[in-house]
Amino acid sequence: MTAKHETAREPLIRVVKRTSMSAKGKLGVRLAAVLLALLADAAFIFLVTGLNPIAVYRTMFSGTFGTSLRFSWAMRDLASLLLIGIALAPAFKMRFWNIGAEGQVLMGALATATVMIYCGDTLPAPLLFAAMLLASVAAGALWGFIPAWFKARFSTNETLFTLMMNYVAIQIVACCVNIWRGQASGLGKLNMRTKAGWFPQIFGQRYTINLIVVVALTVAVFCYLRYAKQGYEIAVVGESENTARYAGINVGRVVVRTMILSGALCGLTGFLIVGGRDQTISTGTAGGNGFTAIIVAWLAKFNTFTMALISFLLIFLEKGAGEIASAYNLNDYASDIIAGIILFFILGSEFFINYRAVLRGHGHQEVRK
Amino acid sequence: MTPYAIELHHITKTFGSVVANRDVSLAVNKGEILSLLGENGSGKTTLMNMLSGIYYPDEGEIYVEGERVEIRDPKDAYALGIGMVHQHFKLIDVFTALENIALVLDAHERYDLKAVREKARAICERYGFVIDLDQKVYEMSVSQKQTLEIIKMLYRGARLLILDEPTAVLTPQETERLFAVLRAMRADGKSIIIITHKLHEVLEISDRVSILRKGEYVGTVETERATEDSLTEMMVGRKVELNIERPLSSERHLRLSVHNLSVQSADGVRVLDGVTFDAYSGEILGIAGISGNGQKELLEAIAGLQKTLPDSSVLYYPDDDRDSSAEQLIGKTPRDIRDMGVHLSFVPEDRLGMGLVGSMGMTDNMMLKSYNEGGSPIADRSAPRKLAEEIREELDVVTPSIATPVSRLSGGNVQKVLVGREIAATPTVLMTAYAVRGLDINTSYTIYHLLNEQKQRGVAILYVGEDLDVLVDLCDRILVLCGGKCNGVLDARHTTKEEIGLLMTSLKQGKGGDQR
Repeated sequence: MTAKHETAREPLIRVVKRTSMSAKGKLGVRLAAVLLALLADAAFIFLVTGLNPIAVYRTMFSGTFGTSLRFSWAMRDLASLLLIGIALAPAFKMRFWNIGAEGQVLMGALATATVMIYCGDTLPAPLLFAAMLLASVAAGALWGFIPAWFKARFSTNETLFTLMMNYVAIQIVACCVNIWRGQASGLGKLNMRTKAGWFPQIFGQRYTINLIVVVALTVAVFCYLRYAKQGYEIAVVGESENTARYAGINVGRVVVRTMILSGALCGLTGFLIVGGRDQTISTGTAGGNGFTAIIVAWLAKFNTFTMALISFLLIFLEKGAGEIASAYNLNDYASDIIAGIILFFILGSEFFINYRAVLRGHGHQEVRK
Repeated sequence: MTPYAIELHHITKTFGSVVANRDVSLAVNKGEILSLLGENGSGKTTLMNMLSGIYYPDEGEIYVEGERVEIRDPKDAYALGIGMVHQHFKLIDVFTALENIALVLDAHERYDLKAVREKARAICERYGFVIDLDQKVYEMSVSQKQTLEIIKMLYRGARLLILDEPTAVLTPQETERLFAVLRAMRADGKSIIIITHKLHEVLEISDRVSILRKGEYVGTVETERATEDSLTEMMVGRKVELNIERPLSSERHLRLSVHNLSVQSADGVRVLDGVTFDAYSGEILGIAGISGNGQKELLEAIAGLQKTLPDSSVLYYPDDDRDSSAEQLIGKTPRDIRDMGVHLSFVPEDRLGMGLVGSMGMTDNMMLKSYNEGGSPIADRSAPRKLAEEIREELDVVTPSIATPVSRLSGGNVQKVLVGREIAATPTVLMTAYAVRGLDINTSYTIYHLLNEQKQRGVAILYVGEDLDVLVDLCDRILVLCGGKCNGVLDARHTTKEEIGLLMTSLKQGKGGDQR
């Protein structure tokens, strides 16, 4: 048989993992990616919509930076998304796939709303805020604790468990909202008359408190993971449970403790959304941020500062796409594609930071004789 | 003369710089059971993997029924009638036995379960297999899964069956049943190669025995003319002069007293069965045995990482004073043991999966066991950093920086980091599992030297090893494990490799006690 003696041919392009890359090289790859993204996008804009790419980019930019109100909204949305990403970081670093941020945020929001409704008229403002905070953190922590305990005790699958807890939370919120709204068509803003439990404006900005909290937590969680003993334990458990046991770490306790923290931070986000942003609650309060934040946490490799950049990029593109759609009367799909192309190139560049392509005949020969 | 069912001529296979097989030749007759015998790492499985198309030999030829063949992948092997049952079964848990058998159908064959069932049933009747074809694999015992694997191979038309340590997971009764089936297959003209460590099984089942040692072919003997002693000698070979130091230490106090230590695996098998022995300070106690005979469980049980059965006891004597109160280590977690002030160091077999965190640098690995010391919630990294620098300096660890993830280091350097940390903890008991596995000669000698230093410091050392030459030269006493039982404790200065090899491969009747 002739086939027997045929040698395997090297493929035209092989992908090889890089050992490491200098900081300069990384910056170069990323800048090239942005440039390529803008060029490819310009081609799309010009060929498909017939618009002037430069003008479209300017419009996109104004989606976030056009007016101070727009910038304020962008920061508001950034705060919610980034906070959830930060909340997920400890759990993900432990390789505990917490897909339940959406539900944990909702439970925190529900607890906040409950306190606003039932204590809004009786408690003085400082006590009211403290009660809202405590209730929201406790509710989020509980929603994180339940799947963690089952995982530690019975090795249940946390991905499915946390995912399903989302739906439980959504149904509970739907039920409460139905009770509270009574005959009205919607719940409307809570405590509209007294504004009890509404965050005050600081520096003339409505979302100042949310922003201060998110900046503080970005630093705090970064330090917690990097420098604290508990952060070290999380890293060891995430890498290998066997090693953790060998080191004398009580794996179950670390899992439960970390998920209580993750859930509590999600609950806190719910508090900030209800008290500082919406002043009301619905099943859409978390708005899918609980899922988007998973992408944020992953892309940032659980580094909270990188998360801030990625959250900003996502929000910037989202606002920009919306702005393009309304300014040029495009349909949403076209504007989403314009934003999506940029995201594709920027994320795709990570591949070239970790891998390189080798053409046939170059580099190490691996042909079987 | 009829040609051999299969012949290997001058097969050589290397992995990087490691030679797994060198110039190996052997042959199997039709209707014959051939045993392939050898220590761990002697290249048995590698050799068989070349027959089943998983590896491709660097050099040498393979003949099937007299014809030269190329086996490039498992498909080629099946086409030639070669079937291998691996140690780890390749079955789909959620399928029934029948569905698993149907998986061997070719893409162009019709998926006709009825036909598959009839043919499978015929195979079962012919050779006396007992199996429920409608049972799901996850409900099967290990022995049933193995039976299914064999049926699968026969269904595929295997004329040569290779079994990789088939009896390692079986009870004696199940082994008997397997052997009955193998004999029926032999009577039907099939050829069988069986890899095993157990000498009495070799003598019971096979027609001829081929022996490998350190990747090289030693020879083939007729089973009728072989004895356990003659096979052991061929397997372990002549004594090699290693010139490992064995200093005498002046101190010798009782440090650990292990009594009736038993561990049960998740499948309910007693992997460690009533082991009793003493370990002394200033002594290296070697632990010999074919791998998987309870070494891992023994060390992990002492370290507080294994659940033990009732009545197990590990007493630790803290002072050099015999009358001092002993402390029970069983039922304690590793942290409990540390909090009791017991300096127990442990170099586990799985260096990156248990002893170290691969993605972390040397510094962070140094603090793995000590990070929790002190009251501050912030982890102190300055002391570990200093220790990392010291170890890097003293043991010549080759790494770009102490922050480089240790998984990027070579095997020898990884081991230096691990051993360095464990010794830096000033242990009173030091346990090592396969401390020099995969290391080059120089690094191995570095490790032996470190162990001897610790011995002279008055540390009680448990050294689980696989190279008998090293065990005989390095250790003071050698405990031999066989089937999870203590099969004897020998004085290393007055024993031979043959004596150890025999104790490793055949359990003495009514044994299990301790001997000094």
